[in-house]
Amino acid sequence: MEGLTLSEAEQRYYCDLFSYCDTESTKKVASNGRVLELFRAAQLPNDVVMQIMELCGATRLGYFGRSQFYIALKLVAVAQSGLPLRVESLNTVKDLPLPRFVVSKNEQESRHTALYSSDADSSASYSGVIPPPPGRIQVKKGSVSHDAVQQRTSTDQQESTSPVVSPQQSPPTSPHTWRKHNRHPSGGNNERPLAGPGPFWAPFSEAQPGSSTSSDPIWSGHSPPPHQENWDQTTVRTVASATTTNEIRRQSSSYDDPWKITDEQRQYYVNQFKTIQPDLNGFIPGSAAKEFFTKSKLPILELSHIWELSDFDKDGALTLDEFCAAFHLVVARKNGYDLPEKLPESLMPKLIDLEDSTEVGEQTGEVGYSSSPAEAPPSKSPSMPSLNQTWPELNQSSEQWETFSERSSSSQTLTQFDSNIAPADPDTAIVHPVPIRMTPSKIHMQEMELKRTGSDHANPTSPLLVKPPDHPEENKMSSSVKFTSGNTVTDGYSSSDSYTSDPEQIGSTVTRQRSHSGTSPDNTAPPPPPPRPHPSHSRSSSLDMNRSFSVTPGQQQAGVVAYPPAVPPRPQPSQGAGPHVHRPVDAEGLIAHTSTSPQQIPEQPNFADFSQFEAFAVSGVNKEEEDEIETHSEVLQVEKPSDSASSLRVAKADGRVEDKAPANVPTSVGKGTTPLAPPPKPIRRRLKSEDELRPEAEEHTQKTGVIAAVLASQPSIPRSVGKDKKAIQASIRRNKETNTVLARLNSELQQQLKDVLEERISLEVQLEQLRPFSHL
Amino acid sequence: MAVCIAVIAKENYPLYIRSVPTENELKFHYTVHTSLDVVDEKISAMGKALVDQRELYLGLLYPTEDYKVYGYVTNSKVKFVMVVDSSNTALRDNEIRSMFRKLHNSYTDIMCNPFYNPGDRIQSRAFDSMVNSMMMQVC
Repeated sequence: MEGLTLSEAEQRYYCDLFSYCDTESTKKVASNGRVLELFRAAQLPNDVVMQIMELCGATRLGYFGRSQFYIALKLVAVAQSGLPLRVESLNTVKDLPLPRFVVSKNEQESRHTALYSSDADSSASYSGVIPPPPGRIQVKKGSVSHDAVQQRTSTDQQESTSPVVSPQQSPPTSPHTWRKHNRHPSGGNNERPLAGPGPFWAPFSEAQPGSSTSSDPIWSGHSPPPHQENWDQTTVRTVASATTTNEIRRQSSSYDDPWKITDEQRQYYVNQFKTIQPDLNGFIPGSAAKEFFTKSKLPILELSHIWELSDFDKDGALTLDEFCAAFHLVVARKNGYDLPEKLPESLMPKLIDLEDSTEVGEQTGEVGYSSSPAEAPPSKSPSMPSLNQTWPELNQSSEQWETFSERSSSSQTLTQFDSNIAPADPDTAIVHPVPIRMTPSKIHMQEMELKRTGSDHANPTSPLLVKPPDHPEENKMSSSVKFTSGNTVTDGYSSSDSYTSDPEQIGSTVTRQRSHSGTSPDNTAPPPPPPRPHPSHSRSSSLDMNRSFSVTPGQQQAGVVAYPPAVPPRPQPSQGAGPHVHRPVDAEGLIAHTSTSPQQIPEQPNFADFSQFEAFAVSGVNKEEEDEIETHSEVLQVEKPSDSASSLRVAKADGRVEDKAPANVPTSVGKGTTPLAPPPKPIRRRLKSEDELRPEAEEHTQKTGVIAAVLASQPSIPRSVGKDKKAIQASIRRNKETNTVLARLNSELQQQLKDVLEERISLEVQLEQLRPFSHL
Repeated sequence: MAVCIAVIAKENYPLYIRSVPTENELKFHYTVHTSLDVVDEKISAMGKALVDQRELYLGLLYPTEDYKVYGYVTNSKVKFVMVVDSSNTALRDNEIRSMFRKLHNSYTDIMCNPFYNPGDRIQSRAFDSMVNSMMMQVC
């Protein structure tokens, strides 16, 4: 700015004004609020005040230094005398009358004199200059009731002409902004001294903060004298009733805290927020916010900085508080205020804990979040109890997994990941990139491995297990089963051995297998999906009926009968409904089955029961199909046909069905390693074998027995409609168990693969460590 | 305390480079540039097997008599290169790792900013302040 020559009167006047505005006694900077008020009192149009601001350099600097203030005052005088505002006019115009500041000034003066002796002098000095203070006030007072609005508007305009000239883009904010700064008329006071506005505020106050409401009575007590003083402000304030207390606070902090959001502003922001995101507790995604704020025409760099300041939790989305802070910063920036380096405290999202909780709750449901991570936490929760029992570390890693999915903070996420990786622990290194979804059976595998190795390798995988096991006991049981089976999981026979070795376990394993099979099919792709229900049969036809019919034609399927040897013990005991008599037989048969086919020969005594079965079949029970199916499932165990048959015969109706079901189950269990395809066939074959065995007695192997059963089942098919259901169910269970076993196998192999990879990585690390030395 | 910190994009152009202004900055720029070769070498060596299992922290890339160069690469192939004065107190590996972690966190914060287009130069003040805190305090 060019040099300013002031007359002596001007010098004095300006100096007084400056000291008046210099609320902080800095002698250097005039508080923006006061200056704005002053300019408002100058009753100049908005653009003129804007121009003055720019000319004096305050806009550039962001504050009013003494020189800027003097220049501004001079320009005010120039403008008030009707001369065009020019920088040259500062010095060229001679005999310029002193700038006039009206009423508000007087109000301030009077108020100050009443409340602040410090300002009394300065205000008194003004009284001489500013002619009709009291009159003005009187006039204002008189017209308060009616002209309140007009006064307000005029003052508003004046205020709006204050340096914080609001851009046209955000008209609502302009009153807010100037309110923000003009509020300090009372000048650095507490709420109490501003008792004047109290009574006026009371009727208008809406949702006032508690402080304001609490101080209302006090204000009312002081109401009479301050009324007049604060008249002007109150008129203005009545508009922003709710903002008054904020203003007061702001005034107290005045220049210190220009970042407070008035209630009106906040309401406006909230409305804007709603236009983007109807849910006030929801988030505004970054892209929407970007579009919105780009409309403000601020440079991208500044918008980027505003975003950095306002996105408190660094999640790429704005909550209501964050949005209000961002909007406020945009408004401030548009009004010429420099952006702070740090988010002002008044803009910081309050109740961060709540926000976090809401964020957490919302983030799980947030659209922007991937579904799988979101599913992970909830799906993990049911599995957690079971996992917790077996695995404390699993919880930690699952928590980390949850944190990652929660996306509460990308930095936090990274940190956690890094902490895993940083130690260069091969375990964690492997862990890191293995976010594969593990089947529940894999969970069990992990558990097994953990128990075996006691390492944390499986940790990462376990939390990654998305599908919780159907039953917590499953895990335990499966793990125990696995333990028993040891490393022979690959060998279905061995697993069946384990089963057979423990008749008690059989039932549990059977049930477990069943539950596993229920879950494993979900994860293991290889096994064919469970057979679909046949239109004509409740049970899957793919398993049973087709095969049963296909098998019947030829006994070449005897080869398929080879599976029977792996038949797990029949769950006859678990059935309970089955004839106890047969259980021991079954057990024997099971054991025999699990061993070798020759052992099935002893089962032939069971086959003898098939005669009964035949009788049963002949009896016209329409559970032939069921038998078939069930027996199919039991194909693995030659005995099963006999067992089922016998059991069926014994119990007939339900008893038969039940027996068959469990019989089938163990079959499927025992078949673990066998593909699904075989099970159904064996079932049928078993029926045939049953039939065959009946006549053939010991000579038939299981395979032939199966075929015979199948053949025998053929005629009985029409009879065993009811049994089909059971058979199908049994076959399903068997298949599921097979799936489980296969899944277990898979997980074990993967574990081995991981180990190998680990070794490889460690070797590579060693190599690299040695490599730098080679450079030197 | 680093002497120079650089963020290199996937296409090997710098997104951000800041050095202690005392020395000839060009020298550091050149050092960072040459270290990119070492970074690529390390990436390709490990990356063949399983990219997932590659560690982000690359460690010491290239020591000279005056300084050491450390590298860190993110999963999106954004590289952080840090030049540390050798005469400085021997920084432990963990400290270097923590510095890279902070860099990575700040970088992701920048990425979260919708106004930042990936591939732009980084002009975030927060990032600048964070980097300044890590740079050597010039007397």
